[in-house]
Amino acid sequence: MSAVSSSATKAPATSTKVVGFALILAAVVLAACVPFMPNYYVRVLDSILIYVLLGMGLNIVIGYAGLLDLGFVAFYAIGAYTYALLASPMFDLHLPFLVIVLIACVLGAIAGILLGIPVLRLRGDYLAIVTLGFGEIIRVLINNADRVTNGPKGIAAIDRINLFGLTISTPKDIFWLLLVTCILVGIVVWRLQNSILGKAWMAIREDQDAARGIGINTTNAKLAAFSISAVIGSIAGVIFAAFQRFVSPESFTFHESVLIVLIIVIGGVGNILGVIAGAFILILLPELLRDYAEYRMLLLGLLMAVLIIVRPHGLVPRSFTPASLFSWLRFR
Amino acid sequence: MTGLILQQAVNALTIGAIYALIALGYTMVYGVLRLINFAHGEMFMLGAYAALIFVIFLFPHGAGLFGALFIFIGAFIAIGLIGVAIERAAYKPLRHSSRLAPMLSSLGISLALQAAVQLVAGPQPIGFATLFPAIHLQFAGANITTVQIGIILCALLLMFALNRFVSSTRLGINVRAVSENMRTAQLLGIDIDKAISLIFFIGPGLGAIAGILYASYYGVMTPTMGVIVGLKAFTAAILGGIGSIPGAMIGGFVLGFLEVFGTAMLPILTDGYLGTEYRDIFAFAALILVLLFKPSGLLGERVSEETMVYKRDF
Repeated sequence: MSAVSSSATKAPATSTKVVGFALILAAVVLAACVPFMPNYYVRVLDSILIYVLLGMGLNIVIGYAGLLDLGFVAFYAIGAYTYALLASPMFDLHLPFLVIVLIACVLGAIAGILLGIPVLRLRGDYLAIVTLGFGEIIRVLINNADRVTNGPKGIAAIDRINLFGLTISTPKDIFWLLLVTCILVGIVVWRLQNSILGKAWMAIREDQDAARGIGINTTNAKLAAFSISAVIGSIAGVIFAAFQRFVSPESFTFHESVLIVLIIVIGGVGNILGVIAGAFILILLPELLRDYAEYRMLLLGLLMAVLIIVRPHGLVPRSFTPASLFSWLRFR
Repeated sequence: MTGLILQQAVNALTIGAIYALIALGYTMVYGVLRLINFAHGEMFMLGAYAALIFVIFLFPHGAGLFGALFIFIGAFIAIGLIGVAIERAAYKPLRHSSRLAPMLSSLGISLALQAAVQLVAGPQPIGFATLFPAIHLQFAGANITTVQIGIILCALLLMFALNRFVSSTRLGINVRAVSENMRTAQLLGIDIDKAISLIFFIGPGLGAIAGILYASYYGVMTPTMGVIVGLKAFTAAILGGIGSIPGAMIGGFVLGFLEVFGTAMLPILTDGYLGTEYRDIFAFAALILVLLFKPSGLLGERVSEETMVYKRDF
């Protein structure tokens, strides 16, 4: 039927360890190179990792539960503004980083459930449009609530992260923080995917009515998907705010949501490896195209259309696992 | 007070007519391909820029009535052809893949078109002189311009023409058959590619006219103007019941009224605390409420379990 649902029955359970190993290996190699890299490259890596984090979060809703969410940027914005408001001269509150992360997670989960409750009855395109509207509403609110968010001018001079007495300020420090966060979130997402809840999400994706018929509480499973992905999104937002040390509504437009969806779709829906591949491609490409700065968006847009036409199933299909790569290589 | 209400009603009709024209393009494409065509907002924007090109190169000293007519028809055809070309290049290869794929490819096209216009015309807003003679009329305390009347008449005329076309011409009946059931229509000997091309000619053409009307009304255009207006027009299409042509028209006007009166009432109701800057929220709030309580829209097809299953497959 659809690309998304073609291979859901193949549960990649045996390859868990292989994936974990491959990811850790790649992370170790990357991490070993980082101290010798110039700052510009580390900054690019940082933003790639932020998008990996966002992609993993949104993938829960789109890739596992099969609900198209076009307003994911709202949760990203909630996390970023939580950090910006609680750790800047704006209200002169300078709360510790971990406390803010906790608050952001709670706020993100609440927002996820708030969005989840009204859209539970909707599916497909309608869901996509409502989530899109939700993202826009959050952005308009941030843009206009001058007294709280400083409006379009944004919030500057955000505190550096202070973690157990260590100040995290350079791009390299942020890289380590992001790497650790990505690994932790990756492990959680991977475990979730193979848990009972993950199986429930996949059942809902394949056939919601049948899923309900076999006794899955679709309401709770969907709300869990929305709130877990919202929590991951707001964690990414917190780190983003700390990394930029400046937030404004400019960073949370509809295009940002689209970019995150694209990362998933181009990389491969429902596959953590796909998210990583997608984030590398979609963040590196504009950087590589920097010499053609004026043509950047034009090329990116065209490339996006071409990539989807050429590979509508994404670069790394859902059924792809390292084990299948090995067997494919042996077959050659 | 009556003057104020009349004034706002005419404002609402004007902007509602523009939304309705764009919503028609969304609804026709959705009715046939079940595709949210994100590039449709850019057709609206391109229409305004096409008109500007005509004005600069053909009528530098003012267009006059026939000049204006020429500009409208020229823009309709030019943008219609662009719409057909986009369908051939970006949506047709994806017709048999997942529903998500053409939607994302339309997003790519939308980004590329915005960037292309920015490269050619620059990102700054460009002034657009109205094609209608702008005369202010005082009527029962309301200040109505001939531009507004022209926009409303023009939009109503086009909607009437489209309705006639779809309901009583051979081609229109083919289009309706394809939107009802593509496979059956094909079995009955209807050339679906031709019908889809026709939809992608008329929809963008109407969007282009809406773009010219919008630019005449506000006197300014930007390469990104298609994004928000496009989203609102899509909201209008859903409000009226997506897939339904009369629904799109009604949805456009309803959204225009909601937005204009909502924005006018908000500062009064909240004692000036919340102002007109929240205008864009109305469309989306209305959208969420409609989808919650009447997901098929005002005139939409009733959503049976069968169509729900059909609509589900992402």
